[in-house]
Amino acid sequence: MTTKYTKDHEYIRVEGDVGIVGITDYAQQQLGDVVFVDLPAKGKKVAKGAEAAVVESVKAASEIYAPVSGEVVEVNGALEAAPATVNEDSAGAGWFLKLKLADKSELDGLMSEAEYEAYLKTIS
Amino acid sequence: MRYLPHSTEDREAILARIGVAKIDDLFANVPAKALLKKPVDLPHHAGELEVERTLGALAAKNVPASSAPFFVGAGAYKHHVPATVDHLIQRSEFLTSYTPYQPEIAQGTTQYLFEFQTQVANLTGMDVANASMYDGSTGAGEAVLMAHRITRRKNAVLSGGLHPHYAEVVRGLSAMAGDSVTTMPVDVAGNEDLIARIDETTSCVVVQNPDVFGNLRDLRPIAKACEKAGALLIAVFTEAVSLGLVESPGAMGADIVVGEGQSIGVGLNFGGPYVGLFACKQKYVRQMPGRLSGETVDAEGRRGFVLTLSTREQHIRRDKATSNICTNSGLCCLAFTIHMTLLGQKGLKQLAEINHANAVTLADMLDGVKGVKVLNETFFNEFTVKLPGDAAAICEKMAKKGVLAGVPVSRLIPGDKKVANLLIVANTEVNTDADREMFVKNLKAVL
Amino acid sequence: MLNNQGRPTTPAAANSNTHRTFTGNKALMVEEPLSFETGRYDLTGVDLPAPKKVKSRLGKMKRKSEIGIPALSEPETMRHFVRLSQKNFGIDTGLFSLGSCTMKHNPRLNERMARLPGFADIHPLQPVSTVKGALELIDMLAHWLKTLTGMGAVAMSPKAGAHGELCGMMAIKAAIAARGEGETRKIVLVPESAHGTNPATAALIGFIVKPVPADVDGTVHMDEVKKLMGPDVAAIMLTNPNTCGIFEKDIIAIAKVVHEAGAYFYCDGANYNAIAGKVRPGDLGVDAMHINLHKTFSTPHGGGGPGSGPVVLSERLAPYAPVPFVRLTAKGLELVEDAAKAGKGMKPFGRMTAFHGQMGMFVRALAYMLSHGADGIRQASEDAVLNANYIRASLADVMSLPFGNQPCMHEALFDDAWLKDTGITTLDYAKAMIDEGYHPMTMYFPLVVHGAMLVEPTESESKASLDLFIATLRDLAISAKKGETERFTGAPYHAPRRRLDETRAARSPILKWSPPAPIAEAAE
Repeated sequence: MTTKYTKDHEYIRVEGDVGIVGITDYAQQQLGDVVFVDLPAKGKKVAKGAEAAVVESVKAASEIYAPVSGEVVEVNGALEAAPATVNEDSAGAGWFLKLKLADKSELDGLMSEAEYEAYLKTIS
Repeated sequence: MRYLPHSTEDREAILARIGVAKIDDLFANVPAKALLKKPVDLPHHAGELEVERTLGALAAKNVPASSAPFFVGAGAYKHHVPATVDHLIQRSEFLTSYTPYQPEIAQGTTQYLFEFQTQVANLTGMDVANASMYDGSTGAGEAVLMAHRITRRKNAVLSGGLHPHYAEVVRGLSAMAGDSVTTMPVDVAGNEDLIARIDETTSCVVVQNPDVFGNLRDLRPIAKACEKAGALLIAVFTEAVSLGLVESPGAMGADIVVGEGQSIGVGLNFGGPYVGLFACKQKYVRQMPGRLSGETVDAEGRRGFVLTLSTREQHIRRDKATSNICTNSGLCCLAFTIHMTLLGQKGLKQLAEINHANAVTLADMLDGVKGVKVLNETFFNEFTVKLPGDAAAICEKMAKKGVLAGVPVSRLIPGDKKVANLLIVANTEVNTDADREMFVKNLKAVL
Repeated sequence: MLNNQGRPTTPAAANSNTHRTFTGNKALMVEEPLSFETGRYDLTGVDLPAPKKVKSRLGKMKRKSEIGIPALSEPETMRHFVRLSQKNFGIDTGLFSLGSCTMKHNPRLNERMARLPGFADIHPLQPVSTVKGALELIDMLAHWLKTLTGMGAVAMSPKAGAHGELCGMMAIKAAIAARGEGETRKIVLVPESAHGTNPATAALIGFIVKPVPADVDGTVHMDEVKKLMGPDVAAIMLTNPNTCGIFEKDIIAIAKVVHEAGAYFYCDGANYNAIAGKVRPGDLGVDAMHINLHKTFSTPHGGGGPGSGPVVLSERLAPYAPVPFVRLTAKGLELVEDAAKAGKGMKPFGRMTAFHGQMGMFVRALAYMLSHGADGIRQASEDAVLNANYIRASLADVMSLPFGNQPCMHEALFDDAWLKDTGITTLDYAKAMIDEGYHPMTMYFPLVVHGAMLVEPTESESKASLDLFIATLRDLAISAKKGETERFTGAPYHAPRRRLDETRAARSPILKWSPPAPIAEAAE
C-alpha cells in the first residue's frame, strides 16, 4: 500500500488496482470548515487532472482533480450527512472516492509523502 | 442642491486635506479628451415642487386601474393591497438597507426572508423556496436552465398554454445557452397532449396553471409521465391568489414551481417591479438559483438567520454559478410576506373564493350576450371569450367608453388570425356588480 | 424641610451586558418570534365580504392539500414587522460604507412620485392609448441616460444590474451570430478583479471565460489585451472605474484594440456613479454598459432589490436590443412589443422579461435626475470622489493602501497588511465597526487584494459625518495595533445578534420553518 500526493493537495492511497482519493490535512486546514462535498456518480470515468469532486466551505468552492485516470467505483456517501469528517479525519474516514486505476504508471508522476512534506515547506 | 450636504468651504477644506488643488486632479486617470469640461446638455436641477409638476403631468396622461371598471389580467392582476403593507415597506430600515451581508445588523431582512421562503414553500406545496427572483418570467427561464443541470438533458417542452411572453423569455435564454426548446401550438382549449411529447431526451415540461387562457390544468398525469421519462415538471403560475382555491403544484407532483407573486402585496406598476416565486424539491436545492436565508445560532446560542448555501452563487462560484442573479426582489418580497401574514390561509382562501365567484358571475353574464362565448370549461378568476369581431378593436372602443375590458390575445400572439377575436378577461375582488354591468352594457354598445 | 420625594435622576453604574431580562428583550430591542410561531390558522388580519354563491367552475382542481400559513391580526402584523425592521441597519440609520454598492441617500420625493396612481396603478397590457404618459416617462428617462452616457440606444427592460449584463452580452452574442461568427468567437475576457456576475453572465449564455492579467491595482494594460485578442474573442468585460476604485487609464486604447480585433467592449457600469456627468462612456469606446438605477440614481436598495438595470448600447449593438421598447415615430411614441414589427434594420434578440421593465424604479430614477439636473449629477459624482479620497488621505497613516497613496475614484480600497501580527482580521475590524454604529465596508472583495476593505462613503455624507467616521476608524486602528484584540474578535457586542454560525447554517440547512415535533408522551 502506497500513498501519493499532488500539488493540488489531493492524496491517493493505492490498494491493489484501486486508489482511495481524498484531500490532505493541509488542504482541509486551508479550506476551513467543510460544509458540503459534491461527489461524482459511481461508474464515472475521469481522466488524470479532470474535475472529480467539489468541496465547499461557507465562503469557497474548490474543485478536486483526479490524481490519476480511472473509473469511480465507490464514493463516500457518509460525507453527505457529515461533511465535517473531512476536517476531522481527512486521511481516514474523510476520503472522497475510490478509483479503479486505468494506468498504474501514472502514479509515478506523483509525489511521495516525503516529497509532499518538502513541497509544503516551499509554499508556506 | 438639496441632496448634497457640502458647502463650497467644506469642499475646499477636504481638497486641502487630500493635498490636491482642484477636483479634476482626482480625475487625472481619465484621458483628457474624455473629461467633460461642463455639464451635459440636460436641464438644471429642480426643486421638489417642479419635479412633482413634471412627473404629475405625465402620470395624469395614464388611466389608472382604480379609475375605471378594470378587467385586465394575463400575467398581472389588480388586487387590493392593505394600507399596512405600503406603510411597512417604507420603514427606513427596510427601504434603505442592503442585501444582508452583515447578518448581525440585518436580522429584520433575514428573518422575513425565512418567513417568505416558508410561506412560498407551503403555498406551492414544495419542500423549499428561495428568497425570490426578479419576476415570474425570468424565474421560468432560470428553472429551465436548472432542469438542464439536473437531468443533463437539453430539450425543454413548453405548453401551448404558457404565457407567450414567458415562453419568449425561456426560448431566448435557452437558445443563448445552447439548449433547444419545443413550444407546443397555441392551446386555447387547454387539452393539448403534452405527454406524447415527452421522451428520454426531455429535460423538462413547462406547464402553466391556470394557463394563460384561464383553463385549469391537471398536472398529475403529466407529472407521472415526466417521472417515468426522467424529465422534470416545471409548474408555472401567474396568479398567486389562485393557490388559495386551486390544488397546489406540489401536491400534483411538480419538481420545480415558478410563479409571479405580484398579486399578493405588490401593485401593477406597469409591469415591474414584481416578485418571482421559486420553489423546488429538497433534493434539487443545490441547483437552485438565487439567495436563500437559513436558520442558525449566534455566539450566545440565540436563534438567528443568515444567507446560506452561497457557494451556488456568482460572487463565489463565478463562471460555475447556478445563475448570474445577484440580489432578489427585496421590497416586493417583503410586501408579499406582509400581505400574506395578514391574510393567512383563511384570508387567502376567502379572497380566492371571492375572485372565483366574481369571475363566474361575469362569465355567466357574458355568455348571455349575443355573439359572445366564454370558451373555458374551468377557470379561476380569468377566462377567454370569443367576440364577434376583432378583440383589440373592441377593447379600444371599450376603453374610450371608460371600461378596460381585458387583454386581446393578439396583443400576446401577434399575427395569428385564429386568435384575433379572443379576449382574456380577469375579474378580481376589486370588481363590483356595477363594474360588471358597465362591462356588459358597453360591450353590447360597441359590438 | 428637605423635599426628597420623586424619582432618582442619577442612574447607578451598571453593566448592561450582564444584566439579564426575563424576556431576552433589551428595551427598544425586542425579540420577535416567527409569524409561524405566533400566528393562527383560524384567524385572518383582513376583513373580506362573503363571496357570492355560484356554481364552481374549478372542475376537479379544487385545492385539497393544506396551505399551512397562519395569520396575524392587523395590530400584530404591524408590530411584528416594525420590530423586525428595528433589527436592520439602513442608510437612514447611519453611514453605510459598503463599497461597490453605493448606499446613497434615497429621497422620499421619489417614493411619492412612484406611488402616483398614474404610474403605480397601471397595467402593462392595458390599451396603449391609456398609458401614453408611461411611454413618455420611459422615453424621457432613456433620453437622460443616452445623453449622460453619450450612447446611441438603451434597452430599458432588464430588471437588475446582473440582468442588464445578461441583456448586453446577449446583444453581443446576437451581433456576433449575425456576422456568421457564432461558432468561432466564443471567448470572453474578464479580469480577476471583476464582480462575480461578469463571468457568471458570460458562462450562462455559453461563452468561455478567460482571465485577463491585471496590474496590482486591478487596471488592465493594453499590451496584455493585445496579446489575448484574436478571431476567437467575442468581448472583453471591464468595470470602469474598476473594482479597486481606479479609473482605467488605458481605456480608450483598450477599446480600440478590442474593436480592431472584431470584438465588443462590455463595460460593467456598477461604478458609473463616480463619473456620471464627468465622463461619457460613449467617448471611451464602450459598446454596452448596464446602469444600476439603484446605485447611481438612488432607487432604494430595499434589503436586496428590486433593482433596475437598463443597458446603453452603441450604434453597432442597438439593432439587437430586446422587445419591448418605446420609439418615436411621426405619430408620436409607439410601444413595440412584437419583434417582427421592430422596423427596418432592427433584429431584436428576444425578450428579457414578461413586461416593460421596472417602471416603479424608472419613476424614482427620473425624479432623482430631474432633481439633480445635469449640474447636480456632475456635482454628486465629484463629491463622491472627494469624500472617498478624504477617507483615503485621512487613514493612509494608520491603515494600509495596497497600491500606494494615489487618488482613487468613489471608493477607497485598503488591505489587511496593517493588521499583520495583531491576530485581528478584516472581518473582526468590520464587526467592531458595527458596535460603533457603522455599516462595515465591503470585505474580501475585490479578490486581488488580501483582506480587502472597500470603503464607499458616497456624496450623501456631510463633512461632520465623515470626520466622525474617520476618527472612529482611526481609534479602531490604533486600538487594533495596541493589541486590544477583544474589542474586535468578539465583536459585535451591541448588535441585535452576536456573530452568527454560518458553518452550521450551511452544513445542515434549515430553509423553512417546520412545526416542532410533538413531544413524546411521558411514560407512566
